[in-house]
Amino acid sequence: MTKDPAITPELVAQHGITPEEYENILKILGREPNYTELGIFSVMWSEHCSYKNTKPLLKQFPTRSKKILVGAGEENAGIIDIGDNLAIAFKMESHNHPSAVEPFQGAATGVGGIIRDIFTMGARPICAMNSLRFGNLSSPEVQRLFRGVVGGIAHYGNCFGIPTIAGEVCFDDSYEGNPLVNAFCLGVLRHEQIARGAAKGIGNPVFYVGPATGRDGLAGAAFASQDLTEASAEQQRGAVQVGDPFMEKLVMEACLELLAAKDAVAGIQDMGAAGLTCSTCETAARAGTGIEIELSKVPQRATGMTPYEIMLSESQERMLIIVNKGHEAEVQRIFDKWDLPWSEIGVVTDTGRMVVKNHGQVVANIPAAKIANDSPVYHRDSKEPAYMQGVRAYRVNSLSDTTSPAKDLEMLLQTPTIASKNWVYRQYDHMVRDGSVVCPGSDAAVVRIKGDSLPMLPDGAAESVPAGIEKFIALSVDGNGVYVYLDPYEGSKTVVAECARNLACSGATPLGSTDNLNFGNPHNPELFFQLKESVRGLAEACAAFNAPVTGGNVSLYNQNPMGAIDPTPTLALVGLIEKKEHITTQWFKDEGDVIILLGDAVDSADPNLGLGGSAYLMAKHDVKNGLPPRCDLKKEKAVQDLTLECIRSGWIKSAHDCSEGGLAVCLAESCFSKNVALNTPVFKGAKIDLSGVKSSRLDALLFGETQSRVVVSTSADHAEQVLAKAQASSVPATVIGKVTGCCKAATLDITTATASTLSWSIPALHSLWWNALAEIMD
Amino acid sequence: MNFSVLQFPGSNCDQDCVHVLKNVLGHNARLLWHKDTSLGDTDAVIVPGGFSYGDYLRTGAIARYSNIMAAVKQFADRGGLVLGICNGFQILCEAGLLPGALIRNKGISFRCEFVWLRTGNPDTPFTCKAPEGTLLRIPIAHGEGCYFADAETLKQMEENGQILWRYCDRHGNTTPESNPNGSLLNIAGICNAQKNVAGLMPHPERASEKILSGHDGRILLESMVQFLENRKRS
Amino acid sequence: MKAKITVTPKKAVLDPQGKTVQTALEHIGFTGIKDVRIGKYIEIELEGTDREAALKSISQASHKILSNPVIEDYSVEIE
Repeated sequence: MTKDPAITPELVAQHGITPEEYENILKILGREPNYTELGIFSVMWSEHCSYKNTKPLLKQFPTRSKKILVGAGEENAGIIDIGDNLAIAFKMESHNHPSAVEPFQGAATGVGGIIRDIFTMGARPICAMNSLRFGNLSSPEVQRLFRGVVGGIAHYGNCFGIPTIAGEVCFDDSYEGNPLVNAFCLGVLRHEQIARGAAKGIGNPVFYVGPATGRDGLAGAAFASQDLTEASAEQQRGAVQVGDPFMEKLVMEACLELLAAKDAVAGIQDMGAAGLTCSTCETAARAGTGIEIELSKVPQRATGMTPYEIMLSESQERMLIIVNKGHEAEVQRIFDKWDLPWSEIGVVTDTGRMVVKNHGQVVANIPAAKIANDSPVYHRDSKEPAYMQGVRAYRVNSLSDTTSPAKDLEMLLQTPTIASKNWVYRQYDHMVRDGSVVCPGSDAAVVRIKGDSLPMLPDGAAESVPAGIEKFIALSVDGNGVYVYLDPYEGSKTVVAECARNLACSGATPLGSTDNLNFGNPHNPELFFQLKESVRGLAEACAAFNAPVTGGNVSLYNQNPMGAIDPTPTLALVGLIEKKEHITTQWFKDEGDVIILLGDAVDSADPNLGLGGSAYLMAKHDVKNGLPPRCDLKKEKAVQDLTLECIRSGWIKSAHDCSEGGLAVCLAESCFSKNVALNTPVFKGAKIDLSGVKSSRLDALLFGETQSRVVVSTSADHAEQVLAKAQASSVPATVIGKVTGCCKAATLDITTATASTLSWSIPALHSLWWNALAEIMD
Repeated sequence: MNFSVLQFPGSNCDQDCVHVLKNVLGHNARLLWHKDTSLGDTDAVIVPGGFSYGDYLRTGAIARYSNIMAAVKQFADRGGLVLGICNGFQILCEAGLLPGALIRNKGISFRCEFVWLRTGNPDTPFTCKAPEGTLLRIPIAHGEGCYFADAETLKQMEENGQILWRYCDRHGNTTPESNPNGSLLNIAGICNAQKNVAGLMPHPERASEKILSGHDGRILLESMVQFLENRKRS
Repeated sequence: MKAKITVTPKKAVLDPQGKTVQTALEHIGFTGIKDVRIGKYIEIELEGTDREAALKSISQASHKILSNPVIEDYSVEIE
C-alpha cells in the first residue's frame, strides 16, 4: 500500500481548507488529522455538502406549511402531503462543473444523482425535469456541450424509465464555457412509507449495496485544480464519473422492495457527493449515533485503492442501508434476486464517532455530529456591483421604436431561448409510466399519479390509499439570469412569479418549491451581493405564492475565463390540480372564442415599459441593460388567483402566460403550439385589436415583458363572466380579439393604434419557431 | 383474459402494460420475472418495452437467453399469442420469433413523439378490429427502431401479409417524411408467418386512455382480446 | 489467451453513425474517405492454451450472441 503523504500547510490548502478551518479540525479531533481524515473534512466542509457560505441566507426561505411532512434540510429531499395518504418527494440539484468537463456523462450522472435522492426517501420516482443554460448557440463548442448534455439526460432518463416531462433551455453569452445543468426529480409514496437517512439502532448492521467502488470522480471532489504532486498522481487516475442507468434502475427496484419488507430497514442513504464519507457521517449525525465501517469489505473495482480513495470516491449508483438486526437475510434475498452486489460493511455504535478501519487498522476516527453539523459558517462581505448604477440610469427611450414589427416577431420566434424546444424534448422519453397528461410544449407539464405509481406495499399489507385514486400534479421550472443580473432582488421575484404563473395557467395551486442557486465566487463582494439580494427576492416571492422551499442546492464558483455567469437562481414549482377538468393548456381551442388579456398590457410606471432586460432588446439591439420589468407580488397573485378561479369555474379554454418575447410571442404560441403527432401541428388564427391600448411605444406593446399578464381564451358565452370576475378582483381585463379559422390559411392579425394592421401566416411563423434549433443542431 | 407481462432487469414499460390491461381493459394481467421457467395459465404474452439488460451488447440480445424466453418460445410454437412492444419487439427479433432486426434510428438520436400508423392485413389476432388502412395515432420512444430485413424476407413478408403497421402521414400516405427512424418500407410492426407473434416499435399501452392524449392503441389490445374470445368460444 | 472479436454492420445495412462520422471527417478537412463503418470490438480473456478450441468456441459465441447475423458480420482473432 502506498504511504499516506504528510500533512503540510500546502496539502491542507490543496484540500480547500483555510488555516482557521484547520485550527477547528485540530480542536475537534484533539490532534492532527491523518490524510484520510483531511480528505473527509475537506468534502464535508465543501460548499456542496455544508452550505457554509449560504446557510445564513437560506434561513430566509419559507420552509413550513401544514402540508410539509419532511422539511428543507432534514433529509435528502422534502416531502409534501397531497391528500388521501399520498405524498410527493422532490428536489432539484446542479451538475454544472461535471457537465462542463464532460457534458454527456456530467449531465447523465446529474440525473442519476437526483433520482437517487428521491428513492432514498422511499418514494418511487415518477417524473423528471431540467433547467439548462449554455453560451451562444452559434459557437460549435456550445453546440457540442448542448448536444452532449441533452444526450446525457436522454440516455440516463430514458434507460432508467422516467419521463422527462418538462424543462427550460436558455442561451446567453455569460454561460460560455460554464453551462448550467440543474436536474429535478419527483417521486410519490404513501405517508407511512417515508424512509429516513438515519443510522438508528445500536448494533444494527450497515450494508453497502450497488456496484463496486472505483476511483471515479476523485479529482472533482477535493481537488478543483492543482499541480501534479505525489498525492495528486494517485488522484489523476480518478476519471470522469460514468453513469449506469440500468444499474440504477435495478438498485432502485431492489431498494423499494427492501423498504417494503416489514421492519427490515432502519435507515437508508444514497452515496452522492463524497459517497461513503457523506453517507456514513450524515446518517450517524442524524440519529445521534456512531458508525463503524471496515473498508476491506467494501466492493472495489480497482486494485490497490487507499482508504482515502475509497472514502472519497464518487462512483455512482451506490446506497448505504442500515438494516434492523435479524433482517440481514432479507437484504441478501432481494439483492441476489436483482443480481446486485451487496456487502455488510459495518455496524451502528453508541460512540457518536465515525470510525473507519482498513483491514482492522483505524484510518479515521471523527465525531460524526461535529463534522456533519459544526461546519464553518461564513458571513461574506457584499457590495452592490458597480454596473448596477448604469443599469438604473438606462432608459429605453435612447433607442428608437420599431419600424419593422412584422420582422421582429419572426426574429424573436427563432431566438434559441424562445424557439420551440422540440429538438430537445423529443430526445427525452416523456411518456413512459403512463402519467404524462400534458407533455412538454405547454406552460406547465401535468403528470397523473395513479395507484400503480406508488412503491410496493409489504406482503399482505392493506392498501392505505383509496382504490382507483388519481391525482394531477403540475410542474414548471424557470429562471431568468438576465433579469437577475440587472436587478438581483426584483429579477428573482420575477423568476418565482413566472413559475407560479405557469402553474396557474395549467390550473394548479402551488404546493412547494425547490431551488437551485447558480452563482459566482462568493468571496467576491459584488457577486455575493447578487446572491444575497436574489435569495431575499426568492424568499419573499415563495412566501407570497404559498410555495415553501422544501430543499434545493447551491452551486457557487460558476466562473469562466470571461468572468462570472449571470446570477441564475432556478426555481421548480410543484402544484396540485384539484380536478381533471381543470387541466388547462396554452393553445387556442375553437374558432370564435374570445381572447382576453388579464393584467396591464404595458406597465406605464416602468420607465422601460417592460423592455429592460427583454429578449427583444437583446435580440434586436444587442442591449443587455435597463431595470427589468417590475414584479408587484400582490398584483401578480391577484392575476394568478383570477386565472385559477376562472379555470375552476369552467370558463377558460386556454391560458398562456406572457413572458420572454412579450404579448406577440404569447399570442403566436397560443395559435400554433399544439402538436398532435410527427409533422402534425394544429393551427388556429387570431384577430387581435390593440388599438384601444395606450402605449407610447409599439415595441413595448408587442414585445415588452411587463409582468403579471395572462392571455386566456373563453367561449363567447363566458367572456362576460370572466370580465365581471376580473372587475370584482380588481384585475384589469381586456377583450383583445377572437380566435379565427384554422388550418393552413390561419393568420395572426394585430391592429394597433400606431401601426397599420400586422398580419402573419401562422404556418410560416410556426415553421420558423419549430425548426430553429434543429436547423442549428442537425 | 389472462395476460402475462414479462419483466427483465431494465424493463420499464412492464407496469404500464399491466395498468392498461387491468385497469383500462379489465383483464387479468400479471408480471412474470425473467428467471421464471413457466408461463402458467396464460392466454397471451406481452414482452414490454424498456432497456432490458441496459441494451448492452445489442438491444434485446441478452434478454432472449433468459429462462422465461424459452417458455415463450414453446408457447408461441403451440400457437400462443405473443406481442412485443418496442424493446419487446427487439427481443422477439433477436430470439428469432420474428424476422429481421431493429437498428439505430437513421437520425441517430432517440425519438419520442406521437406518429401516424396505417394498419395492414386485418386478418390477424392483432389487427382483427381494425379494417385495412385504419389510421392510428400512437407514440414512439426509441433510439433503435429502424427495421431491417433482407430483400427476400421483405418480399415474403409482404406477400404473406405480415406487415401489420407502417408509418404514414396524417392522410395515410407512407412517405419518407412520416418515417421517424428510416425503417425499410416504413415498417413499424410485423408478425410472423403463422400470425400469432407480432412486434411493433410504437407503444399502444401509452395511447389507451383519453387523458393521455389518445386511445388509438386500444384497438390493438382489443383485437387480441376479441381473437382470444372467439378462439375460446369455438 | 485473449480473444479479439470485431463486429461490424453488414454492407447492406444502413450505418447512420458511420455516415455521420464520415461527414464530420470531411467537414474538418480529411479528404479521400470512401466509407466509414462503425462496429464494436470485444476482448475476452481466456483460460487455457488450446488456440484452435478457443477459436471454435468464440466463433460460436460470436454467432450466437455477440453478433446478430441478420445485420452484423464478425471476425475472431485469438492471441
